[in-house]
Amino acid sequence: MSTLLEMSGVSVSFDGFRAINNLSFQIGEPELRAIIGPNGAGKTTFMDIITGKTKPDEGRILYGDKGISLLGLSESRIAREGIGRKFQKPTVFEAQSVRENLAMALKNPRGPFDVLLYRKTRAGAARIEEIAARIGLSEALTRPAGELSHGQKQWLEIGMLLAQEPRLLLVDEPAAGMTPAEREKTTEMLVDLGRDHAVIVVEHDMEFVRRLNCKVTVLNEGSVLAEGSIDHVTGDPQVIEVYLGR
Amino acid sequence: MTRGFLAQNPSILWFIGLLGLFTLGVTVLSEAYGTAVLSTSFVKTLGKTLCLCLVAIAMDVVWGYCGILSLGHFAFFGIGGYAIGMWLMYARTEAIVTENLAAAVIPPTEAEVSDAIASQIFGVVGASEFPAIWAFAHSLPLQLAMVVLVPGLLALVFGWLAFRSRVTGVYLSILTQAMTLALSLYLFQNDSGLRGNNGLSGLQNIPGFEATPQSQISIAFFWASALALALGYVLFAWVVSGKMGSVIRAIRDDEARVRFLGYHVESYKLFVFTLTAVVSGIAGALYYPQAGIINPAEIAPIASIYLAVWVAIGGRGRLYGAVLGTVFVTLLSSWFTGGGAPDIDLGIYTIQWTDWWLVLLGLSFVAVTLFAPQGLGGLVDKLVRKS
Repeated sequence: MSTLLEMSGVSVSFDGFRAINNLSFQIGEPELRAIIGPNGAGKTTFMDIITGKTKPDEGRILYGDKGISLLGLSESRIAREGIGRKFQKPTVFEAQSVRENLAMALKNPRGPFDVLLYRKTRAGAARIEEIAARIGLSEALTRPAGELSHGQKQWLEIGMLLAQEPRLLLVDEPAAGMTPAEREKTTEMLVDLGRDHAVIVVEHDMEFVRRLNCKVTVLNEGSVLAEGSIDHVTGDPQVIEVYLGR
Repeated sequence: MTRGFLAQNPSILWFIGLLGLFTLGVTVLSEAYGTAVLSTSFVKTLGKTLCLCLVAIAMDVVWGYCGILSLGHFAFFGIGGYAIGMWLMYARTEAIVTENLAAAVIPPTEAEVSDAIASQIFGVVGASEFPAIWAFAHSLPLQLAMVVLVPGLLALVFGWLAFRSRVTGVYLSILTQAMTLALSLYLFQNDSGLRGNNGLSGLQNIPGFEATPQSQISIAFFWASALALALGYVLFAWVVSGKMGSVIRAIRDDEARVRFLGYHVESYKLFVFTLTAVVSGIAGALYYPQAGIINPAEIAPIASIYLAVWVAIGGRGRLYGAVLGTVFVTLLSSWFTGGGAPDIDLGIYTIQWTDWWLVLLGLSFVAVTLFAPQGLGGLVDKLVRKS
């Protein structure tokens, strides 16, 4: 396992509030990692920093085999470098069909002229079918994404993440609003993805995290409070005090 | 590829077919080549309407599909008109001046001819020299290039600055409106080099075709406008179909999400903004020779707002909707304001439509926005789905 992403000494403030405070974090490839923490611990800001939405005030973030700095890269460039993100609230393009949503996410050249002259390929269509089968939406390819159930939208977004073929996946509360059966399937998929990708799962639900059976990082007030196995962190008195005890 | 594209978009064939029939019908009824049922001035009105349809589908692509409510596309339209107008005016004045000077004993020098043309054109604003922007006015090919290049470059630079700074929504609309207003105010000045509020006139006289009657010229421009509209329609239908259309509609609905998919949203917006600006310029270059005159009032922000109203009434996000809205509103407008609609006598007050038409238009815009957000195009969609 080699390090894929390394953050060190990252801080960011909003109007004097330190959302992320001297945070250091590493993830290898492949690795499945869960991030937990109370509300306001900086989980979303952490993701925003990695994906380029928020620029940190200080610190550095190195990514990939050559250790390129993610600071100063645009959101779209970071995405093209292989960092995919799934949002907490499912954000799919509701007016477009499931197939169009997946086709847009499919790993292909992203420039306007590449896209304008893009022609559908058999390989691309096969890839869409394959992903649709994996997320259980084979029958729904032509349906508008807006007609899907909440859980199906979550799945579609996971499918779009897969279609991008990222190396690092940031997954925000994947199981929110899912039925127990769907949660079961999500768990399996994340564990499976963690075998050949770097996956960061941000989650509130402790039971869900326990089932992921991976290393856990606890965030509090913008920095790492504890790190280790689920049993290790849930036994940590500090963690119990700020998070679990509530 | 082409067959697949047309097969997937049957509405294009419908549109081209109807436009072809319409063109044929107008030709058969025209003074020049037919039964003379339609007057030459009405043929010009129809030709101008086709040009407005072309700028309206450009507006629909940038607003209805890509979500950029530009209040500047009529400025690009006007720039196209000015660009072709400069050549039309120069060439025609040159012909008159050369004819006048031909009688002189000593043949005039080139400088004398140029001075004579300049004082003819700019006498009205008290100037007698050619401003720098007229450097290419003597050449039709160069001025045709300006029709495309000036709106294109302006849109490229303006768009780059605006999109790069992530200006979106109503702020972007205000910014485009400010650009339009600034351009129109600048052109109103006498020393703008484009004859101030006089604008450019006599554009209906096409140099080289002095002997051709206006009835024939009007039909030629009508055909050219119809062809431009057809080509523009196919071009835009191609752009908004397939993956490009998918990405630009996604940008309209949630641009932040599109960024996280790895698309450089700003490049896409710039592409759409510039392409539609170029097409608007071409539409303007076809419109103003039919109108005969262009002045800065044409470029005023209200014109771009009308454009948005046509597209909204026609139904955003469908190209034929923009065409429907434009035809419906402009023809209705000329009926109401041209004295076609009878005044309504309420006893204490008489509703005169020349005054009240704008109120009616404003109210119908509000009504469409509130009760039929899909516009007239939405009605067509419903009919098609039923059958």
